[in-house]
Amino acid sequence: MLGRTIFIDPGRCIGCQACVSACRECDSHRGKSMIHLDYPDEGHTVASLPTVCMHCEDPVAPCAEVCPAEAILITADGVVQEADPTRCIGCANCVNACPFGVPKIDLEAKLQMKCNLCYDRTSYGLAPMCATVCPTGALFYGTVEELQAERPGVDVSTMFAFGDTVVSTGVAMVVPAERRAPVPGGMLNLIEVNGRPTPGNGARA
Amino acid sequence: MSTEHVPLDPSVAPLGTRDFRDAGGLPAAAWRADQTEQTLVPTHCCFCGVQCGMYLRVDGHGKVFGVEPRNHDINRMRLCPKGINAYQQVNHPDRLTAPLVRRSRDEPFREASWEEALDHTVAEIRRIQGERGRDAFGMLGGASLFSEKTYLVGKFARVALKTRHVDYNGRLCMVSAAGANKLAFGIDRAANPFADILQTDCLLIAGSNVGECFPVMTQYVWGARDRGATLIIVDPRQTAVARTADIHVALKSGTDAAFFNAVLHVIVAEGLTDEAFLAEHTTGWDEVKATVAAYPPSRAAEICGVPAEQIVQVARVFGRAERAMAWHARGIEHHTQGVENCLTVINLCTATGNLGRPGAGYGTITGQGNGQGGREHGQKSDLLPGGRSINDPAHRRQVAAIWGIEESELPQAGTSMMEMVWQMQRGEIRGLIGVCNNPFVSLPNYAVVKDGYDKLEFHAQFDFFLSETAANAHVVFPVTTWAEDEGVMANAEARVVKHNKAQDPPPGVRTDTWVMCEIARRLGEGSKFAFEGSKDVFDELRRASAGTVIDYYGITYERLEQTGGIAWPCPSLEHPGTPRLFEGGKTYHADGKVHMQVVEWHPPADPYSDEYPMTLTTGRTVAHFLSGNQTRRLGGLVEQTPRPWVEVHPSHGFRNGEAVRVVTRRGSEVLPALVTEAIRPDHVFVPYHWPYPVAANALTIDALDPRSKIPEYKVCAVRIERAERIDPVPAPPVPPGRAAYPEAQVSRTDPLPPTSPQGRGTAERG
Repeated sequence: MLGRTIFIDPGRCIGCQACVSACRECDSHRGKSMIHLDYPDEGHTVASLPTVCMHCEDPVAPCAEVCPAEAILITADGVVQEADPTRCIGCANCVNACPFGVPKIDLEAKLQMKCNLCYDRTSYGLAPMCATVCPTGALFYGTVEELQAERPGVDVSTMFAFGDTVVSTGVAMVVPAERRAPVPGGMLNLIEVNGRPTPGNGARA
Repeated sequence: MSTEHVPLDPSVAPLGTRDFRDAGGLPAAAWRADQTEQTLVPTHCCFCGVQCGMYLRVDGHGKVFGVEPRNHDINRMRLCPKGINAYQQVNHPDRLTAPLVRRSRDEPFREASWEEALDHTVAEIRRIQGERGRDAFGMLGGASLFSEKTYLVGKFARVALKTRHVDYNGRLCMVSAAGANKLAFGIDRAANPFADILQTDCLLIAGSNVGECFPVMTQYVWGARDRGATLIIVDPRQTAVARTADIHVALKSGTDAAFFNAVLHVIVAEGLTDEAFLAEHTTGWDEVKATVAAYPPSRAAEICGVPAEQIVQVARVFGRAERAMAWHARGIEHHTQGVENCLTVINLCTATGNLGRPGAGYGTITGQGNGQGGREHGQKSDLLPGGRSINDPAHRRQVAAIWGIEESELPQAGTSMMEMVWQMQRGEIRGLIGVCNNPFVSLPNYAVVKDGYDKLEFHAQFDFFLSETAANAHVVFPVTTWAEDEGVMANAEARVVKHNKAQDPPPGVRTDTWVMCEIARRLGEGSKFAFEGSKDVFDELRRASAGTVIDYYGITYERLEQTGGIAWPCPSLEHPGTPRLFEGGKTYHADGKVHMQVVEWHPPADPYSDEYPMTLTTGRTVAHFLSGNQTRRLGGLVEQTPRPWVEVHPSHGFRNGEAVRVVTRRGSEVLPALVTEAIRPDHVFVPYHWPYPVAANALTIDALDPRSKIPEYKVCAVRIERAERIDPVPAPPVPPGRAAYPEAQVSRTDPLPPTSPQGRGTAERG
């Protein structure tokens, strides 16, 4: 896990999309939001949670691993940057590789874009735009100690299980204190790859 | 940028790709603003009653181009989507930049000079008042105005127009709570600051969708929960805050008084009252106790449609808590017994001794940015500055002296906003000036509202966008946004905060203050309106409020800039303000006690029948604000929530996105279904930010609370039917010769309910 990172606490999310709007104000991609909001329990409850880049440490992020142009660079502090526009070829390998559905391709520019932990802000010690404005603290930026000081009794997980595959991330998810197992990730629609059931890419079966 | 939907067809685009669309209130090129010489202007949001601090980013040319979070005491950097997008109004292409004039509603608007618009207005005021008397001309203000302007609306109406008919749109918002507070406490404001919520052991929130209507207040709610406080939510819908509450009481809309009486019944029965507090600090307790005896949980359970055990549970949790707080908002106030509903909550807090301590208290959450300040300075039909009563001879003399007129010249009390519309229908009010309001969307029973306004011989409206109401006027004055003028607002905690001017208004745009003073000058009252700007008005407001309960005398612009906000009453320049009321149990009545009031529950005004068996309730959604005149033009917010929907329970057999005809005794409309278990099966919900033909307020009833005259928005009888085609969402009106701003048109034609905190419902998007 990164030293100072984002913690996502779905129990606090009110679905207001302030993070989505704030992301659009970020100076490195003004007008485009890199965050989307998910409704994990549509129609039954109003549960929601924001999806930001999880900055995987697996040992490198899957998106960077599969990039044929080596356009997705990872900084020394573990932040997975968005594609370098001078290198990216818009092939969408990263889109298919990401288990969280984070990277997107700007079809007109043939360019991948994704959350880069607001590097223009975090490198100056500011919090990312989304975690700065989040009205409820569903997105919290800081260290795990700061989080636990503010919210006694919370625990966090940086392990996500997609079927048998476990991905470790730099961004953490707040989990109930008694829970130590990896957080179940994605829609468990298994597709057959080389005769073996493999988690799909999030597109519903 | 292309705004076409890109089919996710692997032959066209790789699976999972998506076209990014620039969404915002500015042409795409302006996203790449000139950021050299950027300055940050500290100010506050223009929208809700939380009044979050923010910085506006201003470029080297003096134009607002962005927003930056601000570490202000209220919100500590946090903002909601409305606040983040608010700056996009300032240089929006839909801005009005010249007065619009027409002689009759059959003609199109034409742009005119200020001189012509003002002269025409003054001539019409003179003609109508000459023919029909002074009271034939009315004025309606708003609670999104700075306090200085709300003061000016009240003074202008009574001194320049000399009419008794002045009211404001807080009549649709805060008057029930205000009425209850005045009766019980002798003062009208929330008793505790938000920060007290962090110290409570039990937090009860009734009729308030905090997560969507006051998102930044949620941090305090979760903060209380982090400390281990029990969270009780009373709401027919499972809102985002109710979802994780310890107790969610999903009662029927319009039964709050029965519920709270029953809770108090259990508290009495189980000996959880604070008898020492009651004996020392209250009057009327014996009568209240006798009344709630008739509300056992079994009876209330039947009325409210909730389990009796839940009522007992709420009573025990609230009654046993060391420190408990109750907050409420429009959910219990928008009723024909809105005042009484608030009184039952006050009775609950008082009976358990939860007043005037950190973590123990009571509050109402103001909806509009200046919902609190808007009702303090005399734009309400029966109030004068400083919360003085227009019916009290001593108060009348004081204000007349400040205004330099004879007490006999001061008009008597007028009527409420909805009653004024009925008077327009009857021809008693023939002319009207509207400032900062949009009754075509915000008043109930649209058919009646339209009819009343159509009968006006002359109607002038102040606005910076052409609202649905302004589009029906004869004269529209283009005025400033909040970022182009300075002034104060009072937030839900009665903390007065200062908004600063971030940029000059566009050419041709004037401040509301200037327009009102100029009309007054042409009406021959210029000497009483010799204000250069907000600061002059504020100084008079301070003097006018000195010595009253709502004392602003010690609050100055300089102090506000230094402190970041001062809660009134603040009687002197050294006074620190009063963040918490009723410390030591002392209220603002002459005897210093809480006057507890007896409340009996009665059913809502609109009767249920076989034809109309269900309940329609209305409310807000997080991306939009009130009548939507501002937010329905901002691309990001339109994209988030492009259209209204009807929330229905799966038991009715609709699929997500299906066309549902919602029918009440006032009208019907067809909306897409949002199928969710987060609403009671016997209720449907429609958000009200959109105009006719998809206006929730074309369905609601114009029945009023007899005391506060607030309309009963939150409950009316309804049925739902299958339908063929969903009613289209009209584009916001724009001045003549301009095309509707394309960014805000995106997804208006989307036939499905939007993503909202309620999720998308049960069905797949096709």
